[in-house]
Amino acid sequence: MHDEDFLIAKDITKYYDTTAVLKRVNFSARRGEVHAIVGENGAGKSTLMKILSGAVQKNAGEIILDGVPVVLRSPFSAHRLGIRAVYQEFSLVRHLSVTENILLGQMPTDRTGFLIDWNRVHKLAEEKLAEIGFTGLNVRSLVSHLSVSHQQMVEIAKAAVTRPRIMILDEPSAVLSQDELNRLFALIQRLKKESTLILYISHRLEEVFGVADRITVLKDGEYMGTVLAGETNQNQLIKMMVGRNLGEIYPKRHKSPGEKILEIKHLAQEGSFRDISFSLAEGEILGMFGLVGSGRTQVARCIFGADPITSGEMHLNGKNIKPKSPRAAVEAGIALLTEDRKRDGLVMSCSIGDNVSLASMEQVSRCGILNTRQRDARVRNQVKGLSIQPAQINRLVRQLSGGNQQKVILAKWLLSQARLLILDEPTRGVDIATKVEIYRIISDLAESGVGIILISSELPEILGLSDRALVMREGCLVGEFAKAGASEEALLSCAAGVIQ
Amino acid sequence: MKKSTSRNPITNAGILNWFKGLFFSKNLTEDTSLGGRRRWVDYAFLVAFFLLLLLAASMSDVFFTERNISNLFRQIVTNGLISLGMLVVILTGGIDLSVGPVVAFSAIVVSGMIQNQHLPLPVAILISLCVGILTGTFNGFMISKFKLQPFIVTLATLGAIRGLVYVYSQTPITPEDPSFRTIFGTPILGPFTLSVLIMLVAFPLAAFFLNRTTAGRAIFAIGGNEEAVRLAGINVQWHIMLAYMISGLCSAAAGVLLASRLGIAQPSVGAGFELDAIAACVIGGAILGGGGGTALGTFGGVVTLGLIDNLLNLFNVQSYYQQIFKGLIILFAVLARRKEK
Repeated sequence: MHDEDFLIAKDITKYYDTTAVLKRVNFSARRGEVHAIVGENGAGKSTLMKILSGAVQKNAGEIILDGVPVVLRSPFSAHRLGIRAVYQEFSLVRHLSVTENILLGQMPTDRTGFLIDWNRVHKLAEEKLAEIGFTGLNVRSLVSHLSVSHQQMVEIAKAAVTRPRIMILDEPSAVLSQDELNRLFALIQRLKKESTLILYISHRLEEVFGVADRITVLKDGEYMGTVLAGETNQNQLIKMMVGRNLGEIYPKRHKSPGEKILEIKHLAQEGSFRDISFSLAEGEILGMFGLVGSGRTQVARCIFGADPITSGEMHLNGKNIKPKSPRAAVEAGIALLTEDRKRDGLVMSCSIGDNVSLASMEQVSRCGILNTRQRDARVRNQVKGLSIQPAQINRLVRQLSGGNQQKVILAKWLLSQARLLILDEPTRGVDIATKVEIYRIISDLAESGVGIILISSELPEILGLSDRALVMREGCLVGEFAKAGASEEALLSCAAGVIQ
Repeated sequence: MKKSTSRNPITNAGILNWFKGLFFSKNLTEDTSLGGRRRWVDYAFLVAFFLLLLLAASMSDVFFTERNISNLFRQIVTNGLISLGMLVVILTGGIDLSVGPVVAFSAIVVSGMIQNQHLPLPVAILISLCVGILTGTFNGFMISKFKLQPFIVTLATLGAIRGLVYVYSQTPITPEDPSFRTIFGTPILGPFTLSVLIMLVAFPLAAFFLNRTTAGRAIFAIGGNEEAVRLAGINVQWHIMLAYMISGLCSAAAGVLLASRLGIAQPSVGAGFELDAIAACVIGGAILGGGGGTALGTFGGVVTLGLIDNLLNLFNVQSYYQQIFKGLIILFAVLARRKEK
C-alpha cells in the first residue's frame, strides 16, 4: 500500500444549467487501493467520475495526479494519463467483434501497413484477455450477439487491457452474474497488485464492503467523508448517505395469500427453458431467483405473450389462456415490468403523462378520443401516490433519475389495473431510499390482492419480500423454498448447482 | 418591488417559449429550458423568419396585396397536406419517399375519372383518395409486417407508383368539367379558396389527432421506443400502418387539389415533392427517426418554405437560387435545433 495521495480532487464544482450537482467536492485516493464512492442517485457520483475521466468538464476546482495538476479536456486526454472508465452506458460498437472493440484504434497491421492480419489480431485479443483472467469469451463473435453480462465483461476488459493507472468502474456489477462478478473481483485484486487505483461505484453495499478498502460518501453533490471499510458498517453508511435512518427496509404484510390465480403447467420455449410448472395465488409474492442466463426473464416474457412458447399450458383465474401478444396479456390483466427500462420499458422522448397512461389509454377514451382531463387526473394521482419527482406530468421521462423512471413504469401498470404483475429486476440501478419505497409499493399491491412474480438477482430482496421462492438453473426449475426454509446460502447453491 | 423584478424574466422566457413552441416540438422546448443554456441560435431561426417578412414588406409593394397573399396560400396547399402526412410518418420513426408519385397518381386518376369515365365529381375524388390510402396501406403493410426499413420500402414504391402512373396515362389529362376548377379555386372566405381552407383545417385536425386520440399518442410513442409501446399492450403494427395510410391520404388529397389548381394532370408531376415535405417537417422541429414534432411546427415550416419561394419569385430570382436558399434554410434549422452534448 502506498501512503501518499496519488489522486487529489480539490473543490470540484459542476453546474448543469443553474443546478449545482457537485459543490466543492474534495477527495483523495492512493495507489493500489479500491476506493468506493457511494451515495444516492443524484448524489453526483457519476458526474464526479465523468469529470475524472474527461467526459464532462468541471466548472471549478483542480485535479492533481501524482503531484502534478492535470487538465482533462476529453476522454482521450484522460486515456493518455492512464485513466480509464467503464460507465453504466455501454460504449461498445455493437456490430463489431469483441476483438475489434478491445483493440479499437490500435489494430496491428501486416508488413504493408494497410491490411489487417485477422488471425494475428484475434490471437492478440485472446492473449490480452487471458492476461487479465477473462477466458471463455469468443473474441470473433459480434458484440451485439453477446448477452448483456458478457457485453459488460468486454467493456471492462477493454479498459483493463490498457493497464491503466486509474480504473473507474461505474456500477460494473448491475448486470453480472455471480460467476462473472467473481472474475471481476479477481481482476480487481490483480490490478491492485499492479498498484492501480480503482474507483468503484455501486449501489450494492454488500458488494462495496466486500471489495473496497476505503469508502467515500457523497450526498446531494457534497462530500460527506471518507471511511475505512473495516471500521464502519452498512447502517452507518446508509445514515451518511441518506442523512436519516431508513427504518424497516422490507415492510411487514398482514394478509396471507388467497385463491389461486395463475397456474402454469409444463411451459417450455425451445432453447431457453423447459418444463416450468408453478402456481401463484392472489396477494402472493413469488420470488424467482437464478443466475443471469438461467431463463427467468424468458419465462416472464412468455407468460406476458412477448415471446411465443413452444408448449405448455397457462390458466388464469381457472380459464385456459394463451397470450399471443402483450396486447392480449394486458387485456387479461397481466403486466410486465422489464429488466431494462431504457430498452423496452419507457419511451424516453415522451412525458411522464404519456408513459404512465400508455397501457391504459382505452380506459380514458371514447371511440379513440382521449378525455385528457380525466387522463391527466389519473396520472397525477399516481405521480402523487408513488411520489414521483419532479411531480410534473409533462416532464420528459429522460430527465428523471433511475428510481423515478422505475416508479413511472410501476405507475403505468398500476393504472392498467393488472391483477398479475411480473416484476423483472424492479430495483436495478435504483438508490436505496427509492428501493425501500418500491418495496413498500410492491407489498401494498400484494395486500390489495395482486399476484406478484418477483424476479431478482438480489437475494436479500427475494428473501425479504417473497412468500415463496423459486430457483431456476439452465432453463429448469430446480428448487422451491417456503419463506421459513429459505436462506441466502441455500438459494445460491441451488441456483449455482452446488450440492450441499 | 423585488418580486416584480424577479418575475420579469420568467414572463419573458414564457413568451419566448411560446414562440418556440410554434416552431419547435414541445419536447425540445422543455429540453432546452432544463438541459442546456439558451443560445442565440435557438432563436435565430425565428428571427430569420420575421426578418424575411420585414424584408418583403419593405422591399416589395406587391407582397402584402390580397392577390399575392391568396397566391401564397394556394401555392402551399400541396406541400402543406403532404407535409402533414409526412409528419405522422416521421413521428413513428419512419419516412415516406413515395409521396410525389402518389400525388401524380391521384391527380391523374381524378382527372381521368372526370374526363374519360365521366363520373360525377365526388365519386372521382373519392376514388382517387382511396387510391392514395391503398398505396399507403401497401407501404405500411410491408414496413410493419415484414419489419423492412421505411426508406427502402418507400424508395421501391417511389419508382413503382411512378411507373403505374405512366401505365394509366402517358399523356397529360385535362379535365374539361369547369366545376372541378371552380369548386376548389373560387375564394369563399376572404381571399381564401376552399383548397386553402381544407389545408388550414387539416392542421388543427392533425394536432387534435396527435394529441387527443389514443392512436395519435401511440404513434408519437412508437417513434420513441417501439418495443416499450408493444409491451404496453398496444398494437404497434396497426398504428404504423395507419401512419402510412394517413400519409397516402394526404398526398392523394394534395394531388386532387393540385390537378384542380393547374387544370391539368401531368404524369410527371410531383418529382422532388418528398424533399420539400421532409424539409418542412424538419424546419418545424420534427426529429427524423421519431420522438418529436408538432403539427403547428410543421405548419410553420410549410409557410416558411412557401414564403421563400414567393419572395424569390417576386424579386425575380432564378429557381436555382431558390433551391440553394432552401437548402441553407434547412441546414440552419437543423443546426439551431442541434442538441448540446
